[in-house]
Amino acid sequence: MMRITAPELEIAVLVLGMVILLVETFATKIDKRILAFAAIAGLAIVLLASFFVAPSPSPDQATGFWSFYTADRLSIFFKQFALVTTIFVLIMMADYAPVVRRSFPGAAPQSGLGEFLTLPIFTCLGLMYLVSAIDFVFIFVSLELVTISFYVLVSFTRRNPITLEAGTKYLVLSALSTAFLVYGIAWIFGVTGQTNLYRLTEALANPAINHNAALLGMGFVLVALGFKIAAVPFQIWVPDVYQGAPTPVTAYLSVGSKAAGFVVLLRVLQPFLVLPETQRLVVLIALLTLIYGNLAALPQANLKRLLAYSSIAHAGYLLIGVVCFDVRAVSFYLVAYLLMTLLSFAVLIIVAQQTGEEISDFDGLARRSPFLAFAMLIGMVSLAGVPFTAGFLGKFYIFYAAVLQRQVALVVVGVLTVGCGFYYYLKVVRAMYWQSTTNIAKIPVNGLSRLAISALILCTIWFGIYPQPILDALKR
Amino acid sequence: MVLFIIFCPIIAAILIMVGMPARKTALAASVLTFLAAGFLLASFGHGQSGFQHVTSFTISREWRLSFTTGIDGLSLIMVLLATIVTVAAVWFAGAIERYENAFYACLLFISGGAIGAFASIDLFFFYAFHELALIPTFLLIGIWGSGNRAAAAWKITIYLAIGSFILLLGLILLYQSVPAASRSFDIRALQTAASAGQITADAQRHIYLLLLIGFGILVSLFPFHTWAPEAYASAPAPAAMLHAGVLKKFGLYGLLRLAVPLLPEGARHWTNLLVILLLGNIIYVGLVTIAQKRLDWMLGYSSVMHMGYIFLGIASAGILGVTGAAVLMFAHGLSIALLFALAGELRQRTGTLVFDELGGLAKVMPFAGLAFGFGAFAAVGLPGLANFAGEIMIFFGAFKNGWVMDSFHIFQIATVLALWGVVISTVYMLRAYRKMFMGTVSERWKQLLDLRLALRVPVALLVGALLCYGFFPQSFVRVVAPRFRTYLSANR
Repeated sequence: MMRITAPELEIAVLVLGMVILLVETFATKIDKRILAFAAIAGLAIVLLASFFVAPSPSPDQATGFWSFYTADRLSIFFKQFALVTTIFVLIMMADYAPVVRRSFPGAAPQSGLGEFLTLPIFTCLGLMYLVSAIDFVFIFVSLELVTISFYVLVSFTRRNPITLEAGTKYLVLSALSTAFLVYGIAWIFGVTGQTNLYRLTEALANPAINHNAALLGMGFVLVALGFKIAAVPFQIWVPDVYQGAPTPVTAYLSVGSKAAGFVVLLRVLQPFLVLPETQRLVVLIALLTLIYGNLAALPQANLKRLLAYSSIAHAGYLLIGVVCFDVRAVSFYLVAYLLMTLLSFAVLIIVAQQTGEEISDFDGLARRSPFLAFAMLIGMVSLAGVPFTAGFLGKFYIFYAAVLQRQVALVVVGVLTVGCGFYYYLKVVRAMYWQSTTNIAKIPVNGLSRLAISALILCTIWFGIYPQPILDALKR
Repeated sequence: MVLFIIFCPIIAAILIMVGMPARKTALAASVLTFLAAGFLLASFGHGQSGFQHVTSFTISREWRLSFTTGIDGLSLIMVLLATIVTVAAVWFAGAIERYENAFYACLLFISGGAIGAFASIDLFFFYAFHELALIPTFLLIGIWGSGNRAAAAWKITIYLAIGSFILLLGLILLYQSVPAASRSFDIRALQTAASAGQITADAQRHIYLLLLIGFGILVSLFPFHTWAPEAYASAPAPAAMLHAGVLKKFGLYGLLRLAVPLLPEGARHWTNLLVILLLGNIIYVGLVTIAQKRLDWMLGYSSVMHMGYIFLGIASAGILGVTGAAVLMFAHGLSIALLFALAGELRQRTGTLVFDELGGLAKVMPFAGLAFGFGAFAAVGLPGLANFAGEIMIFFGAFKNGWVMDSFHIFQIATVLALWGVVISTVYMLRAYRKMFMGTVSERWKQLLDLRLALRVPVALLVGALLCYGFFPQSFVRVVAPRFRTYLSANR
């Protein structure tokens, strides 16, 4: 059998994106949703191929291409993560197509749809590069690829003023955070003369260099990454952008962008762990994120906004894992987060097209569509952290690592905020099962979405009982 | 066999959700599990202190995590209690107006989760099964409850969620407290490590406190008890039966299973605190119970109050007191289930549980009156009913407890005060009985019918079990005591 190497995966995705873009341009007569299905099939093949890539341990002294690109287990795992996320997002986008069409009144019936369905492929490409990046320059370039395609996606239904506001906010703040990133890289490069993360480790171990200046640079980089993962105090954009963006894009932002951000954060922080201030700084950010995300989620009445705050809250739990530097705990939590978040958004997209995005629009969903209500129930209890769901095991591993390292403050705040989480997630369950409604119209679910949602439910429960496959995939 | 008892209710619950006839399936499953538990009791090897009927499936070799189930004397009687109360609760549930399938599925999930928690030898599943049972409890109160159900459901959800996560922290610390080489989720392995003195005294104190607070919230230890009366008052009768009767015992079971045997130094260190808190349960909550004007609230508070006695038995750490605690857990589970069942039935027939509106019901409902009398007298601790055996063992055990005390003997003071609790519970139970069943019947209740024959079966089951263990407590002690004897002597 032919051996596949990791960079070929990205090349395949790039070619897929180009081909679909060309088809979109020249074949004007077809139903544009076919493009989504073609993209899903193509990405699925790449995903399958990725399992045959032999991970190579990242060499400390590589040259050329391999000095900024690594194909270690972590990166392969998160390439697969990005592919799976993109596939589910494309399925959601196919469901969301009518909304996009409606948002261009007067234009040709299918205008805009093609780009909407093609851009995620390029975002996926950026994410795949990002998780492999071990050089600041490459991190910057791939991060820009992700961010620029998100600029377009976030403001895609631009006739809607809320979406436009979201797009502008995202554009301005994202550009600002990029500036911080470049400035931080410049400081680090200035102090150490290195951009490669491995050589940076050696450079920082040298007592002759100015640690304070390196720390300043790291702080700036942390600002930029804090923006990506929605950590306090860089989270201000999150609620408005999440609420305003087209829902599949919100799901993509909250899963894909955040996961890649965490991988980069883990890689970037590693060299700086020799400086004790780094950990203190991250502990502080984690505490603020946990408290802010959970408390601000309590009064929310709009489900999309609630999920935005919940995404901040989960960034807090993930940061606990980052503080303890437990890569497997963080990775498992991200997988659990992918499953339950995509599940919630998938249900939200279908229900929102019938009624709306407020929690009160979910009143009596159990009667209108038992399947969707059950899916949402699993999503919410997993987000809250009930045993036998992936969300619980994620929290378990994170707390396990924190207890092992005696991070008392993080553990205490973490436990209390889990209590808050139960309140606001079960608010949705209450609406679906406890409230009655006058609207009893059934909600149709098409076959592909039903399949995708069922798969997400199954995986949420399966990894909640038997997490070993994920842990094995990450074993060094 | 143990696996069958755990999964029979859970599989039945799934079948009901898929569309099997709700009531018939639930009843069949609960009776089957009850019979299976009876078979376990009959085939139980007496005199052995280890686990029996052990089955094990490895989940993660790296974490030494496995799905291991088995029973010893203590878990056997808890499983038996769970199956008896499940049969009664399902039987009493009757026809449900809204979402009948979901209702019965929730009941069976609580039952399966509770049994799973009692029969798990693995810490992780011990915890996870209990959580599995909690969620349906919240749903039952929220969807089918009465009165201010939303508020009650919120309160119990938040309290118990925080309690469980504190408990989880304690369990993680416990797992990490032994040296990495012997780390395991298996309770037997932890017991070996603890007996070999591998858990340091300092760690024991921290872990015990976490476990005490975590389990304490779940069992409504004073001052974490405020969720309980409200939740039980709003819960539909079968849910209150299962939660107050069975699921709440999980916390006590956890203390008996983990905290006392694994952390003797922690238990010693925090004894005074526990004794003061449990007196809060007995005296303070007891007085609050007297002040109640509605039956459901009174029963809710009384169930909180009686937890104090069980805590007293656990705190005493002597073979007599601890065995008494186990007996009282079982007996209280039966009696409170009986009382909640009758209260639910009365509420359905009369539409009110306010004492001042009821009266003379024994004339129109003689059987219900008799059954309520049994429940009330059992709760008070009348000789001949199982609670008496438990309480008297606890009082004697606490008075002459297992600790070596200095001049100030807090246990003897506590026991004297706790004995007053018996008077307090007599006051409120007898008063409730007089106000509801004695006196003249008002015109409103003249046409009330007594319990149907079908409903007398579960009542007879509960009363029969109370009487059986009331007259032959030895048959019970024989099952439980060997377990305690090993670890209490090992710790001395």
